[in-house]
Amino acid sequence: MSHVVSPIREKLVSGGKSYHDVTHDICKQVEGEPTKEWKWAFGISCIIFAYGAYCLFYTWWQGIGVWGLNKTVGWAWDITNFVWWVGIGHAGTLISAVLLLFRQKWRTSINRSAEAMTIFAVLCAASFILAHMGRPWLAHWALPLPNTFGSLWVNFNSPLVWDVFAISTYLSVSLLFWYMGLVPDLATIRDRATTKGRKFWYGLFSLGWTGSAKTWARYEYMSLILAGISTPLVLSVHTIVSMDFATSVIPGWHTTIFPPYFVAGAIFSGFAMVQTLLLITRVVFKLEDYITIEHIEMMNIVITVTGSIVGIAYLTEFFIAWYSGVEYESYAFINRATGPYWWAYWMMMTCNVISPQLFWSKKIRTSLLVSFLLSIVVNVGMWFERFVIIVTSLHRDYIPSSWAMFSPTRYDIGDYIFSFGLFFTLFFLFAKFLPVVNMAEVKAVMKGVSTNYPAKQAKAAKKSEE
Amino acid sequence: MENSNKRYWKGIEELTNEPSFVKNIHNEFGNMPSETDAKGDSLVDGSGTHRRDFLKMLGFGVAAVSLAACESPVKKTIPYLNKPEDVEPTIANWYASTYTDGGDYASILVKTREGRPIKIEGNKLSSVSKGTLSGRAHASVLSLYDNEKLKGPQSAGKATDWASLDTAFTAKLAEVAAKGGQIRIVSNTLLSPSTKKVIADFAAKYPTTQHITYDANSAYGLTAAHGGILPAIDFSQAKTIVSLGADFLGTWIAPTEFAAQWAITRRVGSDKEGKKTMSRHYQFETILSNTGANADYRATYKPSQEGLVAISLYNAVAKLTGAAAVAGASVKVDHLDKAAKDLVASKGASIVVSGSTDPEVQKMVAATNALVGAYGTTINTGQAVHYRQGNDAAMASFIQEVAAGSIAAVIFYNANPVYNHPQGAALAAALPKVGLSLATNDRADETASLCQFIAPDSHYLESWNDAEPKAGFYSLTQPTISTIFKTRQAQSSFLTWAGAGNDFAAYLESNWEKNILKGGKVAWNNALHDGVFEPNAVSVSAASPSIDVNASAGAIAKTYAASSTELEITVYEKVGLGTGSQANNPWLQEFPEPVSKACWDNYATISQPTATKLNLKQGDVVEVGAKGYKVSLPVLVQPGQAQDTIAIAIGYGRSKAGKSADGVGVNAYPFLVAGALTATISPTGESKDIAQTQTHHTVMARQAVVQETVLGDFAKDPLSGRYNPTILTSEGKKNATDISLWNGHKYNNHAWGMVIDLNTCTGCSACVISCSAENNVPVVGRQEVINRREMHWMRIDRYYSSDAEVEDLKGLEIASDNPEVVFQPMLCQHCNNAPCETVCPVLATTHSTEGLNQMTYNRCIGTRYCANNCPYKVRRFNWFRYFQTDDFDFHFNNDLGRMVINPDVTVRSRGVMEKCSMCVQRIQEGKLTAKKEKRRPVDGEIQVACAQSCPTNAITFGDMNNPESEISKLLEVEKEGRAYHVIEEINVKPNISYLMKVRNKDTKKEA
Repeated sequence: MSHVVSPIREKLVSGGKSYHDVTHDICKQVEGEPTKEWKWAFGISCIIFAYGAYCLFYTWWQGIGVWGLNKTVGWAWDITNFVWWVGIGHAGTLISAVLLLFRQKWRTSINRSAEAMTIFAVLCAASFILAHMGRPWLAHWALPLPNTFGSLWVNFNSPLVWDVFAISTYLSVSLLFWYMGLVPDLATIRDRATTKGRKFWYGLFSLGWTGSAKTWARYEYMSLILAGISTPLVLSVHTIVSMDFATSVIPGWHTTIFPPYFVAGAIFSGFAMVQTLLLITRVVFKLEDYITIEHIEMMNIVITVTGSIVGIAYLTEFFIAWYSGVEYESYAFINRATGPYWWAYWMMMTCNVISPQLFWSKKIRTSLLVSFLLSIVVNVGMWFERFVIIVTSLHRDYIPSSWAMFSPTRYDIGDYIFSFGLFFTLFFLFAKFLPVVNMAEVKAVMKGVSTNYPAKQAKAAKKSEE
Repeated sequence: MENSNKRYWKGIEELTNEPSFVKNIHNEFGNMPSETDAKGDSLVDGSGTHRRDFLKMLGFGVAAVSLAACESPVKKTIPYLNKPEDVEPTIANWYASTYTDGGDYASILVKTREGRPIKIEGNKLSSVSKGTLSGRAHASVLSLYDNEKLKGPQSAGKATDWASLDTAFTAKLAEVAAKGGQIRIVSNTLLSPSTKKVIADFAAKYPTTQHITYDANSAYGLTAAHGGILPAIDFSQAKTIVSLGADFLGTWIAPTEFAAQWAITRRVGSDKEGKKTMSRHYQFETILSNTGANADYRATYKPSQEGLVAISLYNAVAKLTGAAAVAGASVKVDHLDKAAKDLVASKGASIVVSGSTDPEVQKMVAATNALVGAYGTTINTGQAVHYRQGNDAAMASFIQEVAAGSIAAVIFYNANPVYNHPQGAALAAALPKVGLSLATNDRADETASLCQFIAPDSHYLESWNDAEPKAGFYSLTQPTISTIFKTRQAQSSFLTWAGAGNDFAAYLESNWEKNILKGGKVAWNNALHDGVFEPNAVSVSAASPSIDVNASAGAIAKTYAASSTELEITVYEKVGLGTGSQANNPWLQEFPEPVSKACWDNYATISQPTATKLNLKQGDVVEVGAKGYKVSLPVLVQPGQAQDTIAIAIGYGRSKAGKSADGVGVNAYPFLVAGALTATISPTGESKDIAQTQTHHTVMARQAVVQETVLGDFAKDPLSGRYNPTILTSEGKKNATDISLWNGHKYNNHAWGMVIDLNTCTGCSACVISCSAENNVPVVGRQEVINRREMHWMRIDRYYSSDAEVEDLKGLEIASDNPEVVFQPMLCQHCNNAPCETVCPVLATTHSTEGLNQMTYNRCIGTRYCANNCPYKVRRFNWFRYFQTDDFDFHFNNDLGRMVINPDVTVRSRGVMEKCSMCVQRIQEGKLTAKKEKRRPVDGEIQVACAQSCPTNAITFGDMNNPESEISKLLEVEKEGRAYHVIEEINVKPNISYLMKVRNKDTKKEA
């Protein structure tokens, strides 16, 4: 890796950290007793998880009639939540793969938690794929498995089948990428382990990592290859998710703009979610030196860019609805903005289009509090975007006799809460038992980027270069 | 320790052999106190619970619980030991029979499978009902399996057996007769001549017996105006039809018969030879009735104006025909003069009907009919119709007699006046004064539960009976199943009590052979096979009743007012539930009323301006009162209703009919009491959702959905109202349907299709019930309908017109005050480019080689994408398990109710999608029959349930590959005319075509 860094760029790691400091700062969360804050946070997320699990079980037991769906609106919160979580999952891959390929070094201190977030978000999304089915116990029928029914196969025309492939591929690759990145750090913890148990478990999962030059070289190659594989996935997953809608005949869904618009929206919401989590982790685990204002600012810029793309997509949809001259299409959009769900539409517009524009001001985009609040606002807005697309398109489509309203029940809400419980429980387990910052990669970018690159090591490095 | 003499003692007690020790020596823990000892009780042997016992019981308990939990339900299929001669498993038997419910009549065919009646269809051999059937008749098969009927006779509220009931009752009857006490038999209209003979026999034995007949939906006014008979009405001859509040397509007298006649006058053709004339239908009424919704011109009046509207019409007609006018304030009603003009212009082919129960109003109408030459053409006094024989005066005096205590014994023969007579409450209060009371009602309903004896009659599908709906036209009812409960036909009961045997079947046969057939066994068998016996031609009489119009006008002037500012109440009958006699039928409760689309309730309908004036909105619970009777019910805003009027439907508010009926709505019969007109209304501050299957009421000016024109334009150009979407391409304008991504399907054998004529569909919804019965469509109940989850595969969309301009999208959502209405049956369109088929991940919905869009329930995993992607929203999802679940207690959660299930159609489980299959089971059956006979299926041989049940033949089903089929010929004619596909520009290419609606109006923009 080249270490050419623009001199005007802020240092990526502040506080004059040495390599040992990095190891120590990151490992102490794993090795020490759980902090009080962690216990509280984990306890609360477990309670949320338990309540959500009850609701989900009840849904499964009674049937999805416990939701507020009806003959007209066949999808609402279930698919809204699914798309929302998949979208959030996008940031992880983008940060680890695309930014790796583009040699964006600032990614190193955030990619680990972003990838973890991706995996957990995709798991949450997957839970809605299962939950939304009328007969989830037959979910495996959506896989092209050999069966005893003769030539009975899945319908390769169906975007839902594409979804199954896209999401499962994405989950496998993300999981692999994340785990491979963890191996050197797991080995570090193994080497520092003072208890037998820790030595055994971290030893087992570090796959016998030796840290030899050859291993490191292979690690670098593998990272590049996996990044290469993952990069198209960033585009493909949400493209395919968007096709769940775009290939239909429903006005408001049947839109060719959906693939790029959904991808931009996914990155938008994913970055906002990473932002939310990092700002918390940074404070709770005292990682201010690793996740600096520079990182926050970079993230905010990405949010503004993608938010603007999304805003343009919204306007384009409206223009095309008018320009197409299709009665139903134009009604669908007028109904979005002025119909019974107007508030959802304007919620989406405010949160997604207007709020990220505040980041044009340097003062705002470097403010931790505002960044935190806006990161949440963006995800609220993105949830409403999916709700608007799904529910307001369905509730008034072609035949006015069937027009209906949707209102959520406590199980719609409870099952959404379940996904939060699942997500945060997993995230806090991750934060306790695995290093939240990629130590190896942070160390690799410290040369020249840390404010106090240790003089001794600099000399040694110089020597070796000579 | 063998041979050891040493004894080790464990304590001083053992050494000294203390009595207390000896006593407890066998107890492991000595005399340790335990809880059971302390309480002095024990679980096993009186000596307390032991550790081992506890373990034993624990073990037994666990084993028992797990065994009980693991037990798989035992379902036995028992083969016939001696197979009945005419029952072939899986092959349906059809029996001709007759449906009667009071004066409702239909000659029917009953489909039985393995001895169970499961479906009722019209018998086309009858020239009276002509194969038409109301929704209620279709639903009556479910009432057969109603678990809440009485399981046997009752005496003083306790179950008894028939022998003791007969002994006790005849003894008491003899007592009454000996004292010369008055005996009354109270019934609704009886169409059966043999039953009347039985009652005559009974009266011969007990000479003080009088038979009182009343009808909950009385036509006494009409009868009274025609000298005691109900004349035959034939709309099929009419060129001008004027109705003053008679809902003859929905509820009035014989609606399915009338609808069939009316439809004949409404059918048009697009080809050169095609008919370009239609009857013109004027409707003047208070509520927006099913008939009013089908009228060409419609205007409203208040109930207090009704008589004067009749006078105004008479005077307008008289002026044109040169007859003398009568005195009476004239009422300004739109289109009335135009109606008079048309009536006179089409003299001899005109008819005026009125739904009024006031004989004076009916007399005015009869006089108008005489002026326009209706008698002898559209109205025939030469043929008495027996549908309504009720005598309101006789019934009123009966209630007075009961109150006066001058009746000694009363038998309610399937009549429930406590519920469905305006003075029911008075009757209920007075009934204890009657020494002896018995009801033959099938359940302990409002009246029967007040009687000393209940001798439950069998269901008509379990009974022998006959009917004479019109003089000289006979039909037979035969049992299609042996009695399910220990019930007995009421006729047999009467015979028993009269001491004239107890075999009504033999009595009926001998009566027929002697008096009706005038022939022997062969004639009887033929009549039984056909279900009908019609020896005589219709005799036509042009005689009109002699009426003193001036006297009638004088009487009317006293009771009606030309204008009134008061809030007035009117009571109407709903197409689905009717008089409420079958209120415990969940199919009927979930039947969406054709106009309001509401079910599972009655409600106070008011117009939007009145609602605004009273500051009410839909769902507000109001207290409505008139003449001292008050009810609380929700408001339904009904476009097309007269201003300052409230309408409430009868048939609801049952209290002792069963789980599906009790507490649903309120009883409106007491409002029918004479003089109840001025009403009070006051909000209670509460609100209640009304279960409506359609909540958006206008078509939003979407021409691709509903296409219509007026007759004048249509006659000039059959394509006049047609909407033809085009797309601009690089090669110029093209029809939207000419561009496709798909290759289409080849149908080498059959290509099933359907054509629905919007011009003749009246919205009566008989097809909805027929479809539910054929296809095991579950009932979901009131709350689930509110949740918009009704399961009907066939629905009738009803749209009101709006006054707003096409661009005013918000305005288009609001219906006109007096809207034009269109009904559009909507079911799976069986698209050739089906959007549902491409999106199913597991290929659970696919296209057949005969053009059907098929649903494979077993393969469905329930993603619901197909339903979302259906432009017609006809797919229905099983949100819950609707069968065998007590949450859905609508006859399908008990073994008896499930006997109605059609074994040819899969009962769908929770989590799967379903929709119209175009009765694929019937298609397969028809093909199989033809194949066995080595021939092609004949057109008409295969009929889907909705098409079969349509009284107006608005639905034509058939093979579009067969050039000789009715549907092919129809499409040939209409292809370049009225036929269109709904939203055809999305190019899903449905196999169902609609024929544009044509209104017989002068111009389009005219209410």
